[in-house]
Amino acid sequence: MSQQHIVVVGNGMVGHRFIDSLLQSGDPSDYRITTFTEEPRLAYDRVKLSSYFCGSTAADLALADAGDYRQKGVDFVLNDKVVAIDTAGKRALTAGGCSRPYHKLVLATGSYPFVPPIAGSDRAHCLVYRTIEDLQAITRCAADSTVGVVVGGGLLGLEAANALRSLGLETHVVEFAPQLMAVQLDEGGGALLRLKIEALGVKVHTEKNSCDIVDGEHRRQRINFTDGTYLETDMIVFSAGIRPRDELARAAGLAIGERGGIVIDDHCQTSVDDIYAIGECALWNGRIYGLVAPGYQMAKVAAGHIAGGGEAFGGADMSTKLKLLGVDVASVGDAQGRTPGAKSYTYLNDVEQIYKRLVVSARGDRLLGAVLVGDTAAYGSLLQWVLNDTPLPVNPESLILPAGDSAAAPGVEALPDAAQICSCFAVSKADICSAVQSGCRDMAALKAETCAATGCGGCAALAGQILDSELTRLGVAVNRDICEHFAYTRRELADIVRVKKFTTFGELLDHCGRGLGCDICKPAVASMLASYRNEYILKDAHLGLQDTNDVFLANMQKDGTYSVVPRVPGGEITPEKLIVLGQVAKQYRLYTKITGGQRVDLFGAELHQLPAIWRRLIDAGFETGHAYGKAMRTVKSCVGSSWCRYGVQDSVAMAIAIEERYKGLRAPHKIKMAVSGCTRECAEAQSKDVGVIATEKGWNLYVCGNGGMRPRHADLFASDLDDDTLIRYIDRFFMFYIRTADRLQRTATWLQNLQGGLDYLREVVIADKLGVCAELEAEMAHIVGSYQCEWKTTLQDPDKLKRFRQFINADGGDDNLVFVEERGQRRPATRRERLQAVAVE
Amino acid sequence: MNEQASATRAPATQPAGDGWTAVCRQRDLTPDTGICALVGGKQVAIFLSRRGDLYGISNYDPIGGANILSRGIIGSVGEAVVVASPLYKQHFDLRTGECLEDAGHRVNTYPVRICNGQVQVKVR
Repeated sequence: MSQQHIVVVGNGMVGHRFIDSLLQSGDPSDYRITTFTEEPRLAYDRVKLSSYFCGSTAADLALADAGDYRQKGVDFVLNDKVVAIDTAGKRALTAGGCSRPYHKLVLATGSYPFVPPIAGSDRAHCLVYRTIEDLQAITRCAADSTVGVVVGGGLLGLEAANALRSLGLETHVVEFAPQLMAVQLDEGGGALLRLKIEALGVKVHTEKNSCDIVDGEHRRQRINFTDGTYLETDMIVFSAGIRPRDELARAAGLAIGERGGIVIDDHCQTSVDDIYAIGECALWNGRIYGLVAPGYQMAKVAAGHIAGGGEAFGGADMSTKLKLLGVDVASVGDAQGRTPGAKSYTYLNDVEQIYKRLVVSARGDRLLGAVLVGDTAAYGSLLQWVLNDTPLPVNPESLILPAGDSAAAPGVEALPDAAQICSCFAVSKADICSAVQSGCRDMAALKAETCAATGCGGCAALAGQILDSELTRLGVAVNRDICEHFAYTRRELADIVRVKKFTTFGELLDHCGRGLGCDICKPAVASMLASYRNEYILKDAHLGLQDTNDVFLANMQKDGTYSVVPRVPGGEITPEKLIVLGQVAKQYRLYTKITGGQRVDLFGAELHQLPAIWRRLIDAGFETGHAYGKAMRTVKSCVGSSWCRYGVQDSVAMAIAIEERYKGLRAPHKIKMAVSGCTRECAEAQSKDVGVIATEKGWNLYVCGNGGMRPRHADLFASDLDDDTLIRYIDRFFMFYIRTADRLQRTATWLQNLQGGLDYLREVVIADKLGVCAELEAEMAHIVGSYQCEWKTTLQDPDKLKRFRQFINADGGDDNLVFVEERGQRRPATRRERLQAVAVE
Repeated sequence: MNEQASATRAPATQPAGDGWTAVCRQRDLTPDTGICALVGGKQVAIFLSRRGDLYGISNYDPIGGANILSRGIIGSVGEAVVVASPLYKQHFDLRTGECLEDAGHRVNTYPVRICNGQVQVKVR
């Protein structure tokens, strides 16, 4: 077959998706695709447009990629607009004078923002909200504005209001209807949404009909309403709905709906042969779909039809769940209860500001729709009830009542097997259940097997519930054993080690384990032994338990070399020591980088070089930094009252004291700390496992914060403590964490899983509810008293040093290592660079 | 490919006539740990389990792409005795060299024995 020429008019989200679908539906060489866009860039994510104001760039929003298009043979023309279609000669003509023949032409022209036809709406500083260029114009205009008005209180209007608010403007929303989001929400939901948005400082004006815009007295503009009231503002953003871009189709003689929109059939074909229309410009069954998901469905249907397939478009569900101005909002099915005879259940919680409403059929046996504001957790399951038309349980209200009481809500068991759980990858409940039956035991396995929850992630909670329910149904007990060698949790093992006073892994394995142990239980037990006994970790009995980092007291990198991190207590370092670090790095050609914990990391040391490097560092007064261990790492500090104009306490001295006290403490996971000298918090103590912030009267103690993948602000644990009390609480806190946490559980997750939470932790650590504080303090005293610099000890033991060689029977290093220079330093060669290096040789 | 990367180096220890090469003394091994020996230009990871069994496999981790298997933790998975790669934690069967997570990867195994207090390796 010869190549078919396909012209796609418009490269928005739907046009782009069409191209993707067509290329995937068959042999890409069957098609010669050309796409035109009047915008200066290829398709980007308009749904996430508001994230542009939270730091996203145009590049972050991009969906299509020029290089990718070129590689796939897709021609694209930016900044040019198709202005005419010669339907007889089958050519598309552009404003720029380009004429392109087509076999099939796809209109994906989208929509434009509706601007009410009122006098003055074309004045300067009156803008719309649809493209990245619009956002840039809004940003420019906001720069010299104080007050902004958004005309339109629907979904897009509230997005625009969010934008103005993040640009620092006094923000007003003007809506014609009596409530916000009149299309998606009912009156009650709209009212609560308004309450929440007003609490954020956005002023909402409903039932306002704008009549004209004139010069303001105090501000640039004055917008007058028909009821005689007005608002003075510097800028206005119109976001009062969308209209289909159908002018091109209209001019070409295609059938157009009475109120606009290009008429299409179930295959997205227009009234003229070989011309399709998809997305917001298309009118199907008298209806325009203003959401992206139906547009994507149309893209798929049109691509399938061109490729010879027969899938049809049969309308789309307009249910939606989103976050507007930080408020969770969801609308399912017939949210307003317009179905004749419909009844409803309503749950209103003024205290927590939650509104939920179920709309059920006249007979009360089917769910027709729902509105959720403030808590949308039930969205996924409610949508399933509606889409699957499943008979409702006897007490439908349980679907929206808070969980936790004895009357358990009908669970996911009630969902039919066909229920689509993950719409991104079309995974049904039956797919999930059969994956569980064939061996998936956790979310990770389930995701790998079915792809569920790997797209937008919106179904993760529901998929997890189905996983749990299916596991329960199959009688699979959720196994919390640490590994196959011990039928105990980490906490239980820690209790056994402590109570039985075991001193080695061998004793514990003989007592209650089986097999040889493994890379899970061995380091965990090594950590417990270290936390309670604090023996030299390279003792023969402990050596085989340690991860390579602990065995060689350094951090293994991707090529098998190590990085070296000496301790720099509190981040304070003398010029002399800094020079030594530089000299060592230079001598061994180590890549040098400053860490986030105010230390210096030296990379690329080979195993056999470590002792010589450390001899040099120890001679210069350094100690090991325990960067290799699940141990206390660093205590970051700001410069504090000794230099800073604002500091109220000597944070550096406190940080050094704390770091010296807890250095070498081993725990279920690494521990990070910080001390700030005043409330400005320059040391970022609230992101640490233990954070200390100076006050006029002493120290505030924060616990269980975390940076990294799941950031968590630390909780204020106690206020205005003196030095001794502060240390006492930290002692107790650490030892209680070490006793009770799971393997590799940071303090943040530990607290989240601790029954009774922060209050319970206070009862244990401050009020000594369990009567263990003396014991915890004694344990910590033992750790502090038995500290040794592991590198110093190792350097004094010729037997131990023998292990620090690449080969037991030869000198020298691993000649498999290859480095390349980058920005004046060495780094490991990539696989490709290695191959090139070999080829050159 | 990289396993041969060190083939150019002169063998650290010359094999005796019977193919066995002594690499260190028995007391140089610590139970439950591994060491690496250079034999005939090949890097051999030698492990002594807590039960006293000896194993020899290639030191090269084909997944991580580095000579580091001797520095992994020894353990058991069911009946198999394994080492966990210190880089990405895949387990290699010390008897067969097979990777438990990815059967497509297998490392060489080498016979190891104790003879007159010496640890000896045979590299074919």
